[in-house]
Amino acid sequence: MRTRIVVTVMPRTETLDPQGQAVAGALQQLGFDELGDVRIGKRIVLEIDGDDPVGQAHAMCDRLLVNRLIEDYEVDAG
Amino acid sequence: MTTVHATVAVVKFPGSLDHDSAVRAAIQAGARATLVHHKDAELPDGTTAVVLPGGFSYGDHLRCGAIASRAPIMAPVMRFAAEGGRVLGICNGFQILCEAGLLPGVLRPNTTLSFICRQVTLTIDDAETGWTGALTSGARLSIPIKNHDGAWFGDPTEGRVVFRYDDTNPTGSLENIAGIANHDGNVLGMMPHPECACDPLVGSDDGRVLFDALIGAVAVGAA
Repeated sequence: MRTRIVVTVMPRTETLDPQGQAVAGALQQLGFDELGDVRIGKRIVLEIDGDDPVGQAHAMCDRLLVNRLIEDYEVDAG
Repeated sequence: MTTVHATVAVVKFPGSLDHDSAVRAAIQAGARATLVHHKDAELPDGTTAVVLPGGFSYGDHLRCGAIASRAPIMAPVMRFAAEGGRVLGICNGFQILCEAGLLPGVLRPNTTLSFICRQVTLTIDDAETGWTGALTSGARLSIPIKNHDGAWFGDPTEGRVVFRYDDTNPTGSLENIAGIANHDGNVLGMMPHPECACDPLVGSDDGRVLFDALIGAVAVGAA
């Protein structure tokens, strides 16, 4: 069975996110005064066969997809 | 020039750019140098030093250096490093060494989010690694940088800081770090390009000391 797994990778809250800061500055310049922080991450969609797609996805995050020094991630099935 | 019998393996990944310059700098220092393919399972027989060159391996996809750090050639490079072999990662090579776990930390986008190409002045911090030859702590080198993801971030106590940016740090790296070695001192990563500073014709030959050290003309990795 093939399962669709969505991995969301975000910069860790304690690390600087210059991309998010640049976008926040642009949005505030457009008049969005109520905007607080902006952080930009990425969404990785995996299609995985076998009995343990979630476990496989975590292993993939561990081996390649995420650098835990600067990033956090969540794995969602379906 | 000291006679040495060094064979430098320069690894070429898809998207490497500065491999030919690294080969030229190693030969200029007196070594033999050869390009090695990223899918090779072994380093060439007789390899005495390894360079991971600058460039944009795999287009910096996912994270800079991340995909290259898992390439087949990295298994023998990691064994070579574990045995005390000299490994120099320049720019993208530095990023790859960090992603491979051979060096602490990670390289993040410059805080200005811009590609920066300019001559910088480096100050030598830990001169005891041997990578900077007879130069002492506080000595300055003029070497260019050219990168987008040059902001080192991590725990400096997990390695030995060899280079810091002098007056201005264009990248936003933690504690102005421009190059860091492992605790044993045999693996060095640096964002500036010493292979682009090996001839007075291009404004500086301050980078030559790194290649002299790489090929063993001066001692490296002293504890």
